[in-house]
Amino acid sequence: MSTFLDRRVFLEHGLRLSLATAAAGTLPLAQAQSLGESPSASKNREGMQTEPQVNQFLASQHKAGQAFSNYGMPSIHENRVIRLIGSNRMVAGNGVSWTPLESLEGIVTPTGLHFERHHNGVPEVDPARFAFTLHGRVAKPLRFDLAGLLRYPMQSRMLFLECGGNSNAGWHEEPMQKPVGSFHGLVSCSEWTGVPLNYLLDEAGIDRKATWAIAEGLDAAATEVSIPVSKLRDDALLALYQNGERLRAENGYPLRLILPGWEGVRQIKWLHRLEFTDQPVMSRNETGEYTQLLPSGKAEQFDFVMGPKSLITSPSYGQTLGSPGIFEVRGLAWSGHGSVAKVEVSADGGKSWSTAHIDGPVMPKCFARFRAAWKWEGKPAVLQSRVKDDQGNVQPTRANLIAQRGRNGYFHYNAIVSWAVDSDGTVRHVYA
Amino acid sequence: MFMLKRMRPVPFTQVFFAGLLFSAASLNAVSAQADSAANRPTPMGKALDGSMIIQFAPNIFPNGQGLPSGIGLAQNGAGLYQAQCASCHGKKGEGGTAQELIGGDGPLSAPDADKTIRTYWPFATTLFDTIARSMPPAAPGHLSADALYSLCAYLLAENGLWGWEQPMGPKELAAIVMPNHNGFIRKFP
Ligand code: HEC
Repeated sequence: MSTFLDRRVFLEHGLRLSLATAAAGTLPLAQAQSLGESPSASKNREGMQTEPQVNQFLASQHKAGQAFSNYGMPSIHENRVIRLIGSNRMVAGNGVSWTPLESLEGIVTPTGLHFERHHNGVPEVDPARFAFTLHGRVAKPLRFDLAGLLRYPMQSRMLFLECGGNSNAGWHEEPMQKPVGSFHGLVSCSEWTGVPLNYLLDEAGIDRKATWAIAEGLDAAATEVSIPVSKLRDDALLALYQNGERLRAENGYPLRLILPGWEGVRQIKWLHRLEFTDQPVMSRNETGEYTQLLPSGKAEQFDFVMGPKSLITSPSYGQTLGSPGIFEVRGLAWSGHGSVAKVEVSADGGKSWSTAHIDGPVMPKCFARFRAAWKWEGKPAVLQSRVKDDQGNVQPTRANLIAQRGRNGYFHYNAIVSWAVDSDGTVRHVYA
Repeated sequence: MFMLKRMRPVPFTQVFFAGLLFSAASLNAVSAQADSAANRPTPMGKALDGSMIIQFAPNIFPNGQGLPSGIGLAQNGAGLYQAQCASCHGKKGEGGTAQELIGGDGPLSAPDADKTIRTYWPFATTLFDTIARSMPPAAPGHLSADALYSLCAYLLAENGLWGWEQPMGPKELAAIVMPNHNGFIRKFP
């Protein structure tokens, strides 16, 4: 039997709560204050009543605030919400930084917390000298400067972007005990705005025999991967903006290739050229890496799409539940194949499931935020979520994923994530 | 012709996709069935001169396309390796702060499969391409073609895939058949 409440519970409850606050707002100030800690009025030596001592939390009402700022930063009290970095000891710019999913809400990842995977650091690219080139099997090799690119019609899309190696600790024999972001945080979600690549392809005239394009970045690894022209035609964007502002350096300034739903390694940052060919280049990042070894000893190659995945961000590892009662189980779901159609949650390790509420709007190849009201009785429980997308793909159990793909796949891990809540309210990662 | 300053705040793409154009003459949304050529954005691409392409780090394909001319020997590669690579990849290529480049045993179907250049990489050209564009990390893209062939000859010789005395150039490198050449199932196309 599931202890999940009807998915509308919190919505109705939320309404009641907000009505209550609205009512409180109409109380006279003195009365409203008496609901909290009473301000300590004191008498001085002459027995005269002095100004009441201002309560700490109201102090800001009694002095002038900070002046304006040219670019806003998070509250200083939130300065522990950061990307944790895992980098190579000898090559500081080789490694990753993780999006702290456990500390974030909604579906938009703050730009400064978007995950990073760099092979040899973040390059400094001068926009005045920048050129984007189309060459190889094209009728007219072309180059575009930024002013030219900015003149094309643009499109904005809310899209998740996930590293093919995200969640790979899931293959480990023992469940890793780390916050959800330091485990699954090589995924983020942004609004990307840019030029549909199709316009430029038409202009250059792509040879009919050119089925692949080799994309290359301006980084110090000159990172290059092969991309089917069909995907470039289908929905590729040349992104110039992320969440409304021009790209950040670490997200590819000034130009990034966006391939909705596909593994992050293909979405080349600092993109400066596409060479059109009739074959893939077979770079390191599509042969030795980002290929999935199967139990047979053969490996899958060019598995581009990130499969359906969901996870509970709260409660999750490292958090502690307070006294028993009602909690909102919150999480994220996405699929590279399409839109999230349904998210279900379980509190008994997958024996019974309830449908979670999904905040709208639900967009294709984008994060969806799900919520479910859960009554915790103070007893051990195992929380799980699973997603189904609108193309009929379902997030697998870990047992099924491993039965199918063994334990050496490394990339594209998307199994159901399980959090065990102990009777003292602590949350552990378990395989269930 | 469309006039930017006369555009109403309608997303540009929508205008294009819907096949609608606004012009000075027709301020209101006129559903003129504009032919597709007139419906395209103003081309902003400039003709590329060939000298630009030559400056790019070549993309090196499995058939050898993109490989520069040059010649290398494993003996020379050994010295280059110790001087420029061993600090991260290990004195004998056994790995260190970066991947093992020499070695790797056992079948890939083993539970603890060892994915290395020798056991896993399907093409020798990938080795050249990787080193040429990205190694060593402090000064990528600076090794000469001869140095690159020498490093490839050395790493492949130590992996038992090339002879110590055999000179290596573009033809020889592209002709090498790696042990795991047939080990991949392509999900695309
Ligand atoms: C300062 C440390 C350092 C030095 C010196 C260095 N490398 Fe590397 N190398 C790395 C790192 C780190 C990676 C992993 C890069 C990545 O993840 O993108 C790497 C990756 C490689 C790879 C790909 C290995 C694989 O299994 O994917 C090859 C091949 C390679 N290096 C060759 C060389 C050669 C040849 C030299 C000398 C010319 C060299 N490296 C010097 C740090 C180094």
